[in-house]
Amino acid sequence: MSDSYESLAEGILERCGDGIAATLSPRTRELTIEVGDHTRLPTVCESLRDEFGFEMLIDLAGVDYLGYGEPEWKTEAATVTGYSRAVNRPRVVREDDDRRFAVVYHLLSLAHNRRIRVRSFCPDADQPIMPSVVDIWPAANWFEREAFDLFGILFEGHPDLRRILTDYGFIGHPFRKDFPLIGTMEVRYDPEKGRVVYEPVSIEPRTLVPKVIRDDNRYSGELTDRPAGADDA
Amino acid sequence: MREIESYTMNFGPQHPAAHGVLRLVLEMDGEVIYKADPHVGLLHRGTEKLAESKPYNQSIGYMDRLDYVSMMCNEHGYVMAIEKLLGLSVPIRAQYIRVLFDEATRILNHLMWLGAHGLDIGAMTMFLYCFREREDLMDAYEAVSGTRMHATYYRPGGVYRDLPLQMPQYKPSKWRNEKEVARLNEARRGSLLDFMWDFTERFPERIDEYETLLTDNRIWKQRTVNIGVVTPEEAMALGFTGPMLRGSGVEWDLRKKQPYEVYDQVKFDIPVGVNGDCYDRYLVRMEEMRQSNLIMRQCIEWLRDNPGPVMADDHKIVPPEREEMKDDMEALIHHFKLFTEGYTVPEGEAYAAVEAPKGEFGVYMISDGANKPFRVKVRAPGFAHIAAMDFMVRGHMLADVVAVIGTMDIVFGEIDR
Repeated sequence: MSDSYESLAEGILERCGDGIAATLSPRTRELTIEVGDHTRLPTVCESLRDEFGFEMLIDLAGVDYLGYGEPEWKTEAATVTGYSRAVNRPRVVREDDDRRFAVVYHLLSLAHNRRIRVRSFCPDADQPIMPSVVDIWPAANWFEREAFDLFGILFEGHPDLRRILTDYGFIGHPFRKDFPLIGTMEVRYDPEKGRVVYEPVSIEPRTLVPKVIRDDNRYSGELTDRPAGADDA
Repeated sequence: MREIESYTMNFGPQHPAAHGVLRLVLEMDGEVIYKADPHVGLLHRGTEKLAESKPYNQSIGYMDRLDYVSMMCNEHGYVMAIEKLLGLSVPIRAQYIRVLFDEATRILNHLMWLGAHGLDIGAMTMFLYCFREREDLMDAYEAVSGTRMHATYYRPGGVYRDLPLQMPQYKPSKWRNEKEVARLNEARRGSLLDFMWDFTERFPERIDEYETLLTDNRIWKQRTVNIGVVTPEEAMALGFTGPMLRGSGVEWDLRKKQPYEVYDQVKFDIPVGVNGDCYDRYLVRMEEMRQSNLIMRQCIEWLRDNPGPVMADDHKIVPPEREEMKDDMEALIHHFKLFTEGYTVPEGEAYAAVEAPKGEFGVYMISDGANKPFRVKVRAPGFAHIAAMDFMVRGHMLADVVAVIGTMDIVFGEIDR
């Protein structure tokens, strides 16, 4: 398996050329192809389908890298005042962040029995755009609608980019990291008005278990595999 | 006479044949459909976002509630992704238990599908028959985890506990007299394995019973043969997996092709369809139940002979035994840390997939080294299937929409997430 993945990575790099990075995780034995220039994604995908036998798009996921690697509770520098309180700090959104939104494709080749992951970042966090792959794999249709709905990633060339999972008339993109878990609107039945009413949420966000990052020697060194470019995301 | 060109019809979201909360907007010309637009999301709960706000183990229960008729298979995909990231290996006995319950789950799911599909297209008896057998497997779920459906039984590192040596007994009550209780307790005298063995002895006959009702039934064939035909190429392009793909004649099953746990140790066959219509998918699922029954028997035989641990021995991830905590300081600390903060998972990403009854159930997980996942993406098989609704029903009659919904084996818990 591993040999075939190494040669596959070489083959893809040779065929698709510059702006593409391949990482083979030593821990999970999964191959990730990173397409630097998002406009080249359809070309790369097409050659993956036609020349490398990835006839199936298994999954398409939007990812919001805002706050990647930032704990809610600093565990290392305990001061005289003790540990910090775990709170929901507002996320700092940088408008110029070109490594915030990514789209991750999971491809499967039935003929060669192997999987591959393709990732590409949207260059503009303010208005993330990614070329659509619906023409290459029809299965992408609903997956792209989902990523648009939940992350606000626009797919250029998608025939029917509508919301899919959220309510009719929903505002915002709920899976973005700066969207609160409790949401913004709540719905209830108003017996006086005799109908369902929408109101701003009446509860406060709270953290039950703070997010902590601990250095664990077992996972240090070689075993770690940061996705390429994740540090500045 | 006035001419009517075409009209739009709304189907669902509260329709007995919509399998939950499907709203279909159908554009029709008389009885013929020329466009179907499924509106989903009425059951969207934001499972993936909720999982991002909790320590890893606290989200296992959410996975049960995704595809709520194949609960343990969902848990399996989720814990496999965590194990992959942690590099954690699972004891062999736990692997057999997982395979045993995955297959029990497959039968549970297929029985639900068969009952509902039958009911939708006019075979009411099926529903009652299928629920009779489901009851036994639900009891097995309950014996092992304490709940009939949302088990939370699989944990990273193994399963929550070993199989019980005694089955709970029915007691006589106002509603059940002594005689009936004795009949119900007949199979429950031994251990859970004995109970499940007894089930596997009875079950093939039951499948024959279902088949006598449907397989050569003229009405059944009229409703399913040549309905919703999908060619192998189309099935692959549309992202079909599981029986939807195999029904079209593509020989693909993760249990064989990318074996996980001990699927490479058990003998079974993969049924494949020929025509890719609703009838072939029905035949594929019926045969899958027989094969699952065989796998269950092999697992039970192995589990009877091979006692052993069912959890990995790594207390940085797996909580220690209650008893151990009483006199071991370190066990107490581990317990406290695991239940207040959880364990941290090394930075990285993983995609783990299992062959769930409906198709490939995958979990894509990104960890930034914290005690909570940074992103969890659930790849639900049903999502890709229902996305092809428009393609499959175009040109069919209204009544066939119900057959196509049935054959897709749709459950909204996983589609809407």
